[in-house]
Amino acid sequence: MYDFDFVKPGSIDGAVKALAAEDAIPLAGGQTLLPSMKQRLNAPSVMVSLRGIPELQGVCRDGDVLVVGAATTHARVATEAAAEYPGLAALAGQIGDPAVRAMGTIGGSLANNDPSACYPAGVLGSGATIVTNAREIAADDFFDGMFATALEEGEIITSVRFPIPQKAAYAKFHQPASRFALAAAFVARFAGTVRVAITGASEGGVFRWTEAEAALKESFTPEALSGLTLPAEGMIGDLHGTPDYRAHLAAVMTRRAVAAAG
Amino acid sequence: MPKDGIGASTKRREDLRFLTGNGKYTDDINLRGQAFVHFLRSDVAHGRINGIDTTVAADMPGVLRIFTAADFESAGGLPCGWQVTDKHGQPMQEPKHPILAEGKVRHVGDPIAAVVAETAEQARDAAEAIEVDIEELPAVIDMKAALAEGAPKVHDELTSNLCYDWGFVEENKAAVDEAFDKAAHVVSLELVNNRLVANPMEPRVAVGDYDPWGDQSTLYTTSQNPHVIRLLMGAFVLNIPEHKLRVVAPDVGGGFGSKIYHYAEEAFCTFAARALKRPVKWTCSRSEAFISDAQGRDHRTKMELALDADHNFTAIRTETYANMGAYLSTFAPSIPTWLHGTLMAGNYRTPLIYVNVKAVFTNTVPVDAYRGAGRPEATYQLERIIDKAARDLGVDPIALRRQNFIKPDQYPYQTPVAVVYDTGNYDATMDKLLEITDHAGFAARAAESANRGKLRGFGVASYIEACGIAPSNLVGQLGARAGLYESATIRVNATGSISVYTGSHSHGQGHETTFAQVVADMIGVDASTIEIHHGDTSNSPMGMGTYGSRSLAVGGSAIVRATNKVVDKAKKIAAHLLECAPEDIELKDGKFSVAGTDKSVDWSGVTLAAYVPHNYPLEDLEPGLEETAFYDPSNFTYPAGAYGCEVEIDPETGKVDIVGFAAADDFGNVVNPMIVEGQVHGGLAQGIGQALMENCVFDDSGQLLSGSFMDYAMPRADDFPGFKVDHSCNTPCTHNPLGVKGCGEAGAIGSPPAVVNAVIDALHRAGHTHVSHIDMPLTPSRVWAAMQK
Amino acid sequence: MGKVTMTVNGRQMTAEAEGRTLLSTWLREGLGLTGTHVGCDTSQCGACVVHVDGQPVKSCTALAMDLDGAEVRTIEGMANADGSLSAIQQAFQDHHGLQCGFCTPGMVMAAAALLKENPKPTEAEVRHYLEGNICRCTGYHNIVKAVLAASGQDVSGLGIAAE
Repeated sequence: MYDFDFVKPGSIDGAVKALAAEDAIPLAGGQTLLPSMKQRLNAPSVMVSLRGIPELQGVCRDGDVLVVGAATTHARVATEAAAEYPGLAALAGQIGDPAVRAMGTIGGSLANNDPSACYPAGVLGSGATIVTNAREIAADDFFDGMFATALEEGEIITSVRFPIPQKAAYAKFHQPASRFALAAAFVARFAGTVRVAITGASEGGVFRWTEAEAALKESFTPEALSGLTLPAEGMIGDLHGTPDYRAHLAAVMTRRAVAAAG
Repeated sequence: MPKDGIGASTKRREDLRFLTGNGKYTDDINLRGQAFVHFLRSDVAHGRINGIDTTVAADMPGVLRIFTAADFESAGGLPCGWQVTDKHGQPMQEPKHPILAEGKVRHVGDPIAAVVAETAEQARDAAEAIEVDIEELPAVIDMKAALAEGAPKVHDELTSNLCYDWGFVEENKAAVDEAFDKAAHVVSLELVNNRLVANPMEPRVAVGDYDPWGDQSTLYTTSQNPHVIRLLMGAFVLNIPEHKLRVVAPDVGGGFGSKIYHYAEEAFCTFAARALKRPVKWTCSRSEAFISDAQGRDHRTKMELALDADHNFTAIRTETYANMGAYLSTFAPSIPTWLHGTLMAGNYRTPLIYVNVKAVFTNTVPVDAYRGAGRPEATYQLERIIDKAARDLGVDPIALRRQNFIKPDQYPYQTPVAVVYDTGNYDATMDKLLEITDHAGFAARAAESANRGKLRGFGVASYIEACGIAPSNLVGQLGARAGLYESATIRVNATGSISVYTGSHSHGQGHETTFAQVVADMIGVDASTIEIHHGDTSNSPMGMGTYGSRSLAVGGSAIVRATNKVVDKAKKIAAHLLECAPEDIELKDGKFSVAGTDKSVDWSGVTLAAYVPHNYPLEDLEPGLEETAFYDPSNFTYPAGAYGCEVEIDPETGKVDIVGFAAADDFGNVVNPMIVEGQVHGGLAQGIGQALMENCVFDDSGQLLSGSFMDYAMPRADDFPGFKVDHSCNTPCTHNPLGVKGCGEAGAIGSPPAVVNAVIDALHRAGHTHVSHIDMPLTPSRVWAAMQK
Repeated sequence: MGKVTMTVNGRQMTAEAEGRTLLSTWLREGLGLTGTHVGCDTSQCGACVVHVDGQPVKSCTALAMDLDGAEVRTIEGMANADGSLSAIQQAFQDHHGLQCGFCTPGMVMAAAALLKENPKPTEAEVRHYLEGNICRCTGYHNIVKAVLAASGQDVSGLGIAAE
């Protein structure tokens, strides 16, 4: 990779200041960023590690909300969220592999917004709020297509606030090489509403399947989804699956997520 | 037999260093003063190089020198080791394969320039600053398109993109056609043998070194056959005679064929080290390996099988397009011909066979041998079409196979495709397979799967391969430009310990353990007193290396011969010490005795006498105890067996799960059953990987779509169940001293058709009878799509 | 360029690093600990797995500077104090859980992390846990067997090795 200056601030303020430098980028786990830098797809002047900031770490309950610090690893969420929000913990436990989960963080995953990543589905499906150093952004406003988000230059995610649903589950079909999602669905049932988010399938990145949400609001059962299909148009077509297949698979995963949520 | 002799599952001695981080792989070698090279590679599949401007790059920090094709005018191209003659008796078209691209680039990854700098990152920085003016040309990727009239030519100097059009056996063609005309049934099938990337876990590395003292060049490289590299690179590329060139392949992290070949990077590092008088190191990244390692398979075949009214096979006819890629890799032309056409009889008594192969140049990465090499392609065609025939005819696929098997009383069996099988028993391995798969219990398991909404299927495949490569005089007639013997030196030391030098090379096979078992068994000493050395041309006799499941059958035979020579001489020494005739000496458990007496001398007593020859027949016998032997096999060996696969398909997603896999192999005698099992396991994983997951794909412009582990699906632990393997149905090889056949490739040969047959079986059982074939890999997307029609 | 210090296999070690120096590079080139291998550049293969503060980490996907002060264990630090193989290493030898040896360091480190977290895993759990470690030689059969054996479970039904 290209060389860069490395800094590891101990506070959010320090990170924000460091990121004000030209071509500075945050390092929040690096499990996707570092491989892309090895391909020299990225040439930052400064790499700002977020590993050393205590406020960005940890999982805690705040009333009806589960707050996950942005630099909390997937491995920690998989264990520490298990009691409060098992559906989210299960999602975190399916990201990458054990070694990736020990380094990768929720903030890094969300800021990258890979169209096949798991966390965007969990965040959008939960209707979570992304808290940054500057503001709060609703999940519905955060994801802005493949690898694009509402984050401004130099803005960092500090935490994610998840409303805790009555029931939730994530069903993921692995792309066999990368182990990202070939298609995956996160469903969450709240009092009076249901959210369904699909990742891995669409060229536009994570999205809500509103028809499925409406059907599930009436009856939170897999059967409620029978006959509902997603259009193949706009779905990803690649070595691993055609757009038709992904559209189909997303619906199958949604049904399975509902079944798993019980 | 000593504790660790032939037949014992001796634990591997090499594991101690590998398990503690003390292995020494090529990338672990760092020489004082070494520089690093980065290759600037083409990012287009086909283009004309109009100019290379290195002026900016040459001034970048740390840059020592930038090389382009102009620097290699005195060097030869990378040689091809096998010349195939086409069906008209003409030699194949053989384009030059330069170290760095000359005038044109011909595949993504073709090296254009090489920057040597103080650090690897500096070399890469400077490579990015080289300005290459490339005029992109239309690329040919599809083989049939490459052969169309007016197609762009990969090599302008050739008449077309056809390397050769091979017919085998050409003289039989009319008789084969006639048999098809008369056949009661003809079954045909078009299929793809998907392109694969070998992907040994250790990427390739080369370190060139030059010592002006003695004018010695040394190359450390990740090779399966260091002597072959020394010969090819020294004699044909760099013009360095063998005595001035040492090639060392230390611990090598897997090969599977891809580390047989002589690569440009090896020649470059050796050349640059001489030019710069500094060691030059290249470490391949995985992404770079995907565009610079020779790849495997990539055949497209139309296969036809003729049967008589009683379902006896009467003829086979095939037409195959074999992708060579942009250049001929070292052994590429031989794979779709002599390692493929000669196996088209399989385990069956088909009297007439005609195989046509068109080898084609395309703007893709070169293709060469990958685990099995030609034999998996032959087996896949046969075992798929037999299954299809059984389905079309409404007969049991196992019964159809058995009916046409060559029977035990028919050996030696001359096939219509040149080879003579020495021994085998295909019904025995099929019986064993059905036993260990619990075939009788399949119906109950299928019903249980159905209860869970899953589709269960069972498929079998028989296979035979030609291993123990190879009789030199025969392969010479077939176009090989090398001999395929193997060598061994047994150096017995004064105190009785033994140093064995073999021309075979271990890159995971455990030779240090098994070869020691052979010698220990023959002499009767403890295996721990025997050390096996390999991988260094400066101390091992000229050998041909390890591939084609040849090391025990050929290299082991050379060790047996050399050991016999040692024992013969040792008996003479013992006879002198014991004052008897050599014929009266018996060697047992490391002790020489006079038959019928209690007089004896132990092994170390004899070895000491050999090196301290005070009481020694110096007038008749030289001192010392060291012997070298070469072994050239008289025939191939023919491992064979039966494989069975049980799958469960999720009909909603199309995902195929392997729920059971069993292999019943006949490898002849077995030296270390534990290692043999491990070899089969690994082969199965690669074969199942080919069948379900792995696929090397270029887009229409020649860009590699599966260029990293993010898109090339490497099998993981959770893609498999445990395997059941058996090798009890042995018919020992009749023509080598150990009676061994080889086990390295079988797993990758027999498994792909077993998997595909099982999937088709599951689909048919579930009523999807329109699905007669799905091309590999049987990804969920493909299986699901097949079910929708 | 700066100095990075970590406790590696129980000893404090210091070596130079650039910002871009990967942990794998720092271990291999800075400390000469070449037992940690690099088999890919996309964080897939796991040959480079080491333990950082007790967690399995892909050392090719971590920056040395980011881990300044960390406690690291590599394959070189896995044997018993007397130099004999640890139970996991011994199980890999006993059950032929390695062939070419290149993925082995990462595989052993991953297996050790698994057994710390789950001392008696099922076969399915072992297979699942090892999804981030690619082996091209063994077909995983004997690796899984070795890990199960290292956990003290009976593996006699899984083939002949080491019987």
